[in-house]
Amino acid sequence: MKDVTGIKEIIKPENLVYKRSSVLTDNVFSYCPGCGHGTAHRILAEVIEEAGLQSETIGVAPVGCSVLLYEFMNVDVQQAAHGRAPAVATAIKRLLPEKFVFTYQGDGDLAAIGTAETIHACNRGENIMIIFINNGIYGMTGGQMAPTTLEGMKSSTSPYGRDIKLMGNPLKMTEIVATLPGTYFVTRQSVHTPANVKKTKKAMKKAVEYQKLNKGTCFIEIVSNCPSGWKMSPVESNKWMEENMFPFYPLGDLKVPAVE
Amino acid sequence: MMERELRLMKGNEAVAEAAIRAGADGYFGYPITPQSEILEYLMEANPYKTTGMVVLQAESEVAAINMVYGGAACGKKVMTSSSSPGISLKQEGISYIAGAELPCLIVNVVRAGPGLGTIQPSQCDYFQAVKGGGHGDYHLIVLAPASVQEMADFVELGFDLAFKYRNPVMILSDGAIGQMMEKVYLKPKKNRSTVIYDWATTGKPASRERNIITSLDLDPYAQEIHNQNLQAKYREVEKNEVRLEEFQTDDADYLLVAYGTSARVSQKAVQLARAEGIKVGLLRPITLYPFPSGRLKELSRQLKGILSVEMSAGQMVEDVLLSVSGKVPVSHFGRMGGVIPTPEEVVDSLKLKIIGG
Repeated sequence: MKDVTGIKEIIKPENLVYKRSSVLTDNVFSYCPGCGHGTAHRILAEVIEEAGLQSETIGVAPVGCSVLLYEFMNVDVQQAAHGRAPAVATAIKRLLPEKFVFTYQGDGDLAAIGTAETIHACNRGENIMIIFINNGIYGMTGGQMAPTTLEGMKSSTSPYGRDIKLMGNPLKMTEIVATLPGTYFVTRQSVHTPANVKKTKKAMKKAVEYQKLNKGTCFIEIVSNCPSGWKMSPVESNKWMEENMFPFYPLGDLKVPAVE
Repeated sequence: MMERELRLMKGNEAVAEAAIRAGADGYFGYPITPQSEILEYLMEANPYKTTGMVVLQAESEVAAINMVYGGAACGKKVMTSSSSPGISLKQEGISYIAGAELPCLIVNVVRAGPGLGTIQPSQCDYFQAVKGGGHGDYHLIVLAPASVQEMADFVELGFDLAFKYRNPVMILSDGAIGQMMEKVYLKPKKNRSTVIYDWATTGKPASRERNIITSLDLDPYAQEIHNQNLQAKYREVEKNEVRLEEFQTDDADYLLVAYGTSARVSQKAVQLARAEGIKVGLLRPITLYPFPSGRLKELSRQLKGILSVEMSAGQMVEDVLLSVSGKVPVSHFGRMGGVIPTPEEVVDSLKLKIIGG
């Protein structure tokens, strides 16, 4: 058959510039189409692979959409109770200080039920990497209001929009942990464009290096979308995120080492 | 073999010293009366410098039990301790540990409840310890020390059972045993284990599949199989691990059943009753789960009545009743709210509720 599309030329080994990370399993992501979790998993896997840390990594994924992280990441993983990943990771790192330890938590997990564990692990300066996926909603349970839900934002438990007089204000956990002496590197990124993916990956790489040097807690927030929970198409949700989430949760580094 | 060392210690201190000597890898705790000496003793002993044992004061009992989860999932010998209100807070984590089949030791130095209750000794948490406590169908292996010596000895025994069955073990003590001082023989210090368990999350070498520690399985049929496996394990525990002590049961017409502090009181009550010519014995369950039902059933053939003596409204008495299946009269005597019964009260109750009843 004639190679009309040029596909045979493209898939020649010398033309392949991308491959699936060996730190991902063969399981197909069960995340909703357009969700940021898949991309965040993929770059985390790439960072672990590139650092040669697959055999040294222990991940902790608590309750939320990311509870099934162990289906996709080909590393040792502990599934933790809702909100408790930083406490779980604290013990892992202290008992196995040579290992690379990360938590991967959503906003309901990290900024509501796990607030105490998050703040105290960061304040003790536990030498772990915390990945914080903030999509302003409880995704897995079906789109309820999260601590990070924006003012006026609709969810299944704020159907008329978040009324801050009744429901309180959205919580900026990343700003809070940046004030704590135990955190070494605190940044807020996104994964909705190739440029942002690169920046997030760079942040994770730094966190890996800092953990090797025993510098303290590295905290990476990834502002993400939730097309299903927000009831939008993937493209609409990314646009909405840029227009509404980023002004309240501005991207960029919040705390960087004084001298690198 | 090295000479065992004799010391005068509080029950709580004995737990802490025994943990270091048993080669524990980690202790994660939070202060609460009447067991804070465990954390205090470990902080002062600073075993990280000698054995490498990690000791950490957590921000809450909730965090402490989840630290235990994390350490246990790495195959480490880890423990926590608390008292009743704190143990209530740990129940979610204990359920996860049981569900994920992880080994660990939990020490509960029980005080009176409900709620904040009081700091005085009680046995009001029998149901919570023996019947589950957290959500789901699971069992802890529950050891009930009646002396400072057993507080020390049950640390190593508890770890051994926890790793044998990959199951959480609880030492169910009380404020009296935790606070009182007695002589205790301490075993020589063991080195911390260097074993890397094939099920533990220690980093995935190329030679094996990744290890996943979880209690989650969304498929109900798979979850049911997991539950059936857990139940099969509990049946093995029931078959193999019953421990008890008997006192003057050979010719007994009547039996007291009591554990922990109540057993010490009941032992004296046996002596008082026998001085009056009443043939009474004592069965002291050392394991509350698995409960010594088989021995109770055997003994019931010779007995005219059983009195369960507890510092509670009557919790263990339900297991006594189940054990003897109505073959012999069973009653309960207890004091609540942190009050320890006297031996005389026990004898009076035996006469009133069993002998005269």
